[in-house]
This record gives sequence, structure tokens and C-alpha cells, in this order.
Amino acid sequence: MRTYLRLLVAGFRRQSTYRLAALGGLVANTTFGLLKVALLFAAVDAAGGELSGYDAGEMSAYIWISQGLLGSVNLFGRTDMAARIKDGDVAVDFLRPVDVHLASVTTEVGRSVFALLPRGLPSVLIGALVVGMSLPDGPAAYALGAVSVLLGIVVSATTVYLVAVAGFWLVETRGLEILYMVVSGFFAGLFVPIRLFPDWLHATASATPFPSMMMYPVDVLSGRVDGAAALGLVGLQLLWLAATLGAGQLATRAGRRRLEVQGG
Amino acid sequence: MADLVQRTAPYRAVLASRIRAQRSHRASFRLDLFGSLLVGLVELAEVWVVFSAVGSAGGIGGLDLSAIVLVFGLAELGYSLADLAFGHCDGLPIYLRSGTLDVFYLRPQPLLLQLVTSDISLRRLARASIGAVALVVGLTINDVTWSPSSVALLVLAAASGIATFAAMFVWAAGAQFYLIDGAEATNAFVYGGRYAATQPAAVWNRPLKAVFGFFFPMAFTAYLPVVTLLGLPGPEWMPGWLGWCAPLGALWAWVLALLTWRAGVRHYQGGGG
Repeated sequence: MRTYLRLLVAGFRRQSTYRLAALGGLVANTTFGLLKVALLFAAVDAAGGELSGYDAGEMSAYIWISQGLLGSVNLFGRTDMAARIKDGDVAVDFLRPVDVHLASVTTEVGRSVFALLPRGLPSVLIGALVVGMSLPDGPAAYALGAVSVLLGIVVSATTVYLVAVAGFWLVETRGLEILYMVVSGFFAGLFVPIRLFPDWLHATASATPFPSMMMYPVDVLSGRVDGAAALGLVGLQLLWLAATLGAGQLATRAGRRRLEVQGG
Repeated sequence: MADLVQRTAPYRAVLASRIRAQRSHRASFRLDLFGSLLVGLVELAEVWVVFSAVGSAGGIGGLDLSAIVLVFGLAELGYSLADLAFGHCDGLPIYLRSGTLDVFYLRPQPLLLQLVTSDISLRRLARASIGAVALVVGLTINDVTWSPSSVALLVLAAASGIATFAAMFVWAAGAQFYLIDGAEATNAFVYGGRYAATQPAAVWNRPLKAVFGFFFPMAFTAYLPVVTLLGLPGPEWMPGWLGWCAPLGALWAWVLALLTWRAGVRHYQGGGG
């Protein structure tokens, strides 16, 4: 357990050295956020003040929290693990006395949690101060929101790990990563809240782990969904966590037997 | 003419080799094409989801669903063709960090021209096809009065759009010399610019209009030409005839891009290799 805690801290500290990168990310998040505010506020306005259950305040909360999570949730599909499998470095990882799967996920989570500081919090603050947004009521809602955000980050790390381990069989996973990038962003609610989708598309999105990474944490943290419904969303996140974690364990074991490293 | 053929021979040799390389791994190339197609489709879906969620009541920012499909088609076609030829300029920070840019200095060819012709991403053709289809569908479902001047406007807008987006990639590459690790900041305007280009500029507030309407002339790539083509009233600061000025937007974008590139190259001190 202590080993994984150390890996978590190491991931956190590694990310903290890239300050300029974090600032660049914040500029991008904020610019995209302002463009989304312009379009989606106009859409709420055109729909008569409420669009698929979102008023302006809730739409703003959605935009800024999701932009803030962007640095912490892996929606582009690339991981260090995929590169290590491709060039064979993973063989060294297997020699270490830690679980390769859990160590990789823990490091990723550490980096993602750090990204909340320079990218997540400022995005939400800028949104709250410049545009204004609706907030949940009561400390319990914030606590549940924090749990949901953390779960979203972990589910994102365990799911994207599955793309990486596909490399044991495919070697080159770039095509899969592109596929992951396109589908995950759309279904996680990065571009528009999935509640705006037509029913069939909403049902499709809900059958994937992607809303657990961003849409559900945003819904819970913004207070748009509360009470038993919020607990239900967190429960769904736990289910997806268990499923992706299990699949990752199985795939890592099977992949280890498959692994063939050229050269030497 | 013969002189031109001879002078461009090295560039053509590199490009031809890049094209051959991409086509030789057929399975991988097909997957790349499919991924690129999907990117275009999802981008279209984003626009469609918002506009259809609002319903037919007046649309957003003065554009209804059929008009925004036209804006999307024009913007996406211009962007993806520019991306095909200039998109890899984004990789400059990698060259800078690893010091491999210095190799370019050893060759007796202009640096920018080498960078631009160092690669070509054929897979973007799939995305361009989504833009082309949206453009054709948009032209069919909208009430376009066809005349020589409307055809001229479209051709002018399409060509200027490609040039403007290409200039954005060059501008970003020039800015990378200063930013290095902060490269993501330019994404705000290159990829954010593409996103802005598919929006009705009427929804923007004044700061956004200043940045994405004029400084980075994204509104000139698709929205303004469509407003002019369909004879719609323009929003504040943007009269309906401004779509004709798309080439001026492209010209300004290239001035900005080349000045930034020059400043960046002069700032560069070498990779220490």
C-alpha cells in the first residue's frame, strides 16, 4: 500500500514541474470555455431560458467544471504505458515487485490530481467570477461532488489503461487511441451535455464508462443532480470502476503471457 | 517554368516519400482514415445536437440548422485542408526540445518551407470529405440565389478559408519558439479558432468578436461569407457585405503568421546539440 502511495505522490510531483505547460493549458481551457459560454448561453436563451433542463447558471457550471476537469481526465487516449508496451520497456516493469496495472493507474491518478490545482480550480474560479454559475447547497453536496470528481479521474485512468494494454496484441495502438479520443470526448459530455442528445444517442452514451469520467462528476458537483439521484450516479461510477479495474487485471495477466520483446 | 520545376524538386521528393510511406501501411492508413472521418462526424454531431435541441424556433444567433450546416461545411473543409498541408507544424516543440530542428538549418532551403513540406497528412482527406458533404448539403437545403457573384463569393471564401487556417498553424509554430512547454496556449487559438469558425459570430460578446472575429479572422472563414451569401443581416460590427472581405482576412492572417514566425526564428538560440 505504501508503495502505491509513493507512486501517487511521485506522479503528483512530476506534473508539478511543468508549470508553463499548466499555464498554457489554462489559457486553452479558458478560451474554449468562453466560446462555449457564447454558444450555449445563446442556445439556452433561444430555447426560452431553459434547454433540456439546463438554465443559464447550470449551463455555466457545466462549462467551467468540465473545462476544469479537462486537464485531469484523459480524453485523448495516449498514455506512457502504451509507449512502454510498444518499445518493450514494460518487460522491466514486470520484474518490479509491484502490480504493473495498479502502479501505472496510480501514477496517472497522481498526475491528474495535481492538474486540478493549476488547471481545474482556476478554470472554475474564472467561470464563477467572470460569468457566474449555480452552485450546490450544503457541505454534503460538495463532499459528494469531490468524491465523484476523484472517482471520475480514477475511472478515466483505468479505462484508458485498457487502450494501452491492447498494445500487447496490436503493438501499434495509435488508431485505437484516435478512436478513443473521438468517442470518449463526445460521450463524456466534453462538447455538449449528454442530456441534450436525442434519446437513442443518450442511451448509447450511458452504456459506456465515458459519462462517469466527466458528465456525472459535473452533474453532482454543480448540484444539478442531488439527493438519491446523485448517490445513484456515484454508484454507477463505482460500477464502472470495478468493471474497468477487473478488465485491466485480466488483460495485463493475459498480455504478459503474450508479450514478446524484440532485440536485447 | 523549368527553373521552378528544378527548384521545387527536393520538396516534391520529400512529400512524395511521405505519401508513399503513409500508403504503404494499408491497414494502419485505413484505420487513420476512419478515425479522421469519425472526428469530422462527431464535430458535425456537436453542432447538430445543440441546434436541434433548441428546435426550429428561430435558431441560434440568427442562423437555423440548415444555415449552420453550411457554415460548418465551409469551415471544416477549409480547416481540414489546411491541416492536411500545415498541421504537422504543431510538432515543432518536439523538434525544439530534442534539438532536431538544427538539422533543418544545415540544408540550403528556407526553414519554414522545409517545415511545411516535411510532411503531409493524407488521412485528413477523410475529414475534408465530411466538410465537403456538409457544404454541398448546406448549399442544397438553403435558399441560395445562384448567380455568377454567389459562385465567386463561395470560391473566394473557400480559398481564403484554407489560407487563413494555414496561417494559424504557421503563427502557432512561430509562437512555439517562445512557449516550448506552454505550446498548449496556441491550441486555444488554432483549435479554438476552428471551433469558433463553426459558430454564428452573432452570439459572441465584444472581446470574443475582437479576438476571433478580427485579430484571428475566424469569422471570415465561413460565418461572414454565409451571411453574405444568404443575404442575412450581420450582427454588430459585422455588416452583411463583410463576407466579401474574406481574402483581406486571409491576407492579415498571413502577415501576422509571417511576422510571428520571423520573430520566433530570430529568438531561437539552437538546441545545444
